[in-house]
Amino acid sequence: MTQEIIFRTIHCTNDLPYGGIGKPLNTFPVAASHITRAFGDFKALDDVSVTINAGEFFSLLGPSGCGKTTLLRIIAGFDYPDSGSLTFDGKDILDLPPEKRHVNTIFQTYALFPHLSVYDNIAFALKLKKRSKEEIDEKVWRFVRMVQLEDHVFKKPSQLSGGQKQRVAIARALINEPNVLLLDEPLSALDAKLRQNLLVELDKIHDQVGITFIYVTHDQSEALSVSDHIAVMNKGKVLQIGTPYEIYEAPATEFVAKFIGETNYYPATVVSFESYKDEYLVKALVPELGGEVLVTDFEPQEPGKEVAYTVRPEKVHIATELHTKADRLINSYSGVVEEPVYSGFQSKYFVKLDNGSTVKVLKQHENYMDDGPDIEWKDHVYVSWSAEDGFLIKEMGQ
Amino acid sequence: MKWRPSELRVRKLGMIYSYPMGVWLLVFFVIPLAIIFLYSFLTRDIYGTVKYPFTLSAYQAMFSKSYGVVLFRTIWITVLSTVLCLLLSLPAGYAMARSKNQTFLLFLVMVPFWTNSIIRIFAWITLLSSEGILSHMLQSLGLLDQGMDLMYNNGAVVLVLVYMYIPYSILPLFTTIDKFDFSLLDAARDLGATKFQAIVKVLLPNIKSGISTALIFTAIPIFGAYTVPQLVGGKESTMLGNIIVEQVQKARNLPLASAFSVVLCLASTFGVLWMLKDAGSSKTKSSLSQQAKVEANVKLSHQGDSNERA
Ligand SMILES: Nc1ncnc2c1ncn2[C@@H]1O[C@H](COP(=O)(O)OP(=O)(O)OP(=O)(O)O)[C@@H](O)[C@H]1O
Ligand SMILES: [Mg+2]
Repeated sequence: MTQEIIFRTIHCTNDLPYGGIGKPLNTFPVAASHITRAFGDFKALDDVSVTINAGEFFSLLGPSGCGKTTLLRIIAGFDYPDSGSLTFDGKDILDLPPEKRHVNTIFQTYALFPHLSVYDNIAFALKLKKRSKEEIDEKVWRFVRMVQLEDHVFKKPSQLSGGQKQRVAIARALINEPNVLLLDEPLSALDAKLRQNLLVELDKIHDQVGITFIYVTHDQSEALSVSDHIAVMNKGKVLQIGTPYEIYEAPATEFVAKFIGETNYYPATVVSFESYKDEYLVKALVPELGGEVLVTDFEPQEPGKEVAYTVRPEKVHIATELHTKADRLINSYSGVVEEPVYSGFQSKYFVKLDNGSTVKVLKQHENYMDDGPDIEWKDHVYVSWSAEDGFLIKEMGQ
Repeated sequence: MKWRPSELRVRKLGMIYSYPMGVWLLVFFVIPLAIIFLYSFLTRDIYGTVKYPFTLSAYQAMFSKSYGVVLFRTIWITVLSTVLCLLLSLPAGYAMARSKNQTFLLFLVMVPFWTNSIIRIFAWITLLSSEGILSHMLQSLGLLDQGMDLMYNNGAVVLVLVYMYIPYSILPLFTTIDKFDFSLLDAARDLGATKFQAIVKVLLPNIKSGISTALIFTAIPIFGAYTVPQLVGGKESTMLGNIIVEQVQKARNLPLASAFSVVLCLASTFGVLWMLKDAGSSKTKSSLSQQAKVEANVKLSHQGDSNERA
């Protein structure tokens, strides 16, 4: 049953109203530069600059209270920055009121009008534009079919489930044919399964309408799976902007490394560097790992520099025997499995090294094609990873 | 229907607890009202009491020219004062709901209740009379003739009525606006509404219950106002309330006074019924034509499905 619903949902979004219009919507790039917004002494946004390309799926990712909604409200026109500028398509629009910005928002709490039916909620923008009754009716029904709410059209928002409300909010915003769609954690109120489905749906809608989506979330897996670019924010600052790959594989700061995914994180000091393939091979002293590690980096690193060394748990190889590969530079340590955590398709191991530090390891479960014994509690193991799998963080403390 | 013992006990207790209130209402409200209703169909006797037979003469007398004028004046003063109260208290209630100092502002609205209403009316008299501050100021500015005052006219009656009853309008509006989700206004702006359109199309429909409560809470007491027209009004300011008192105390025409009272009561009752009806009508019903539309569109999207599959 559930399967069928998911199928129908995804299937139908291929048949979007925009297919009927026959043209993707106009869109434009959005650029915010040096935006600062303080509430009293508290800086909710501190010198924030982001450039968002026309038509891309851009995510603002950060923990609760980092200023994501504040930035979105400034872009939508509900709030005004203390300093900085905001341009749409190169034109400064800070002085335009929200109703003139050709931007629509899906609010964190949906903000559906409780006194209006689903139909009237979706028709709201068209009625304001004084479109003819027939045109409104035809268009509203098209969007109602798109979000699969045929059976709920004449209900009030209070009679809808969370997912249905969210669909109304999507239809209500898109019927206005915005140039940019702002989404403020539109999925946060839903359960995990529904969240996955709706995310796929949002991604499809984005492909169909072709407009810029600015998507706010504190869920890193959501951001990683659908975004073209992600801006990671913390405490009112943008720490890094990059593709999901860059953000995950080459986090610029300590916060980004720890916030996106899980990682083993150790303070380190650069010892020396040399050219290696088209990169540099850096030797760094990591006291917690009891000695020097080899790590590749795109840039030469000055000896003596204080950095951090980090390696993702899924990049760590774990086995009861020492792992060797002739053509690889490998860091290897022996230790004891302290705490295996089983979670379905994978297990997480906390391995206590001989010198007392801990390394987190994620291991996909073996199938019968692979051999090798299961790793269990108190097993003596070797953990190892290659020089390319670890990376250095040069900006600590933020 | 069977009640479980505990439920039975609760229901019984509820009945018992409500008896004192019922007895109170019966003795001091229902019975006097019934007497007034009865009196309004009797005739007056020479001693100022009532006698049979039943007639409609009291009601006929109400429609004489002189009373018609009073009735008409009472209605327009009520409508004007009520609307002014509403127009003034909407922004006031909105500002209070959005303010950080809600408790203090609420306190300011309540303060007048601690002073006797007669004293407050006299305070206005001192302001408006020919020696009063306001008249004095206007006189020295040349806007008012020397020796004239601002009192004893219908304008003064409306002014003081609005002053007296505006808290009854602000309080219900404040409580409903306070519960209103202001992000809905952002949503309306987002969808292309101007500030004004957002207020009219989103705020007002969502605070309807507060508006109707405010209207009723001000209109009913103003419709029966007696002291204010008596003290600050002139010869041409008599309202229904004054007629009733006059008929009871001076003319000793109890049937006519009762007939006016019945009219006042009926008007108030209709007002309250209107308010209750309004509060209960938020349920949605889907009509037949809506049903048909739903079915047509469900069919349409199914067709879309099968077309693509084929
Ligand atoms: N109107 C306001 N007055 C005072 N402080 C505010 C106001 N709006 C936001 N803030 C503060 O600014 C900070 C950022 O708020 P914002 O709503 O942008 O966070 P967010 O990143 O959207 O968080 P969440 O994920 O919880 O929605 C918060 O610490 C909040 O307390
Ligand atoms: Mg937020």
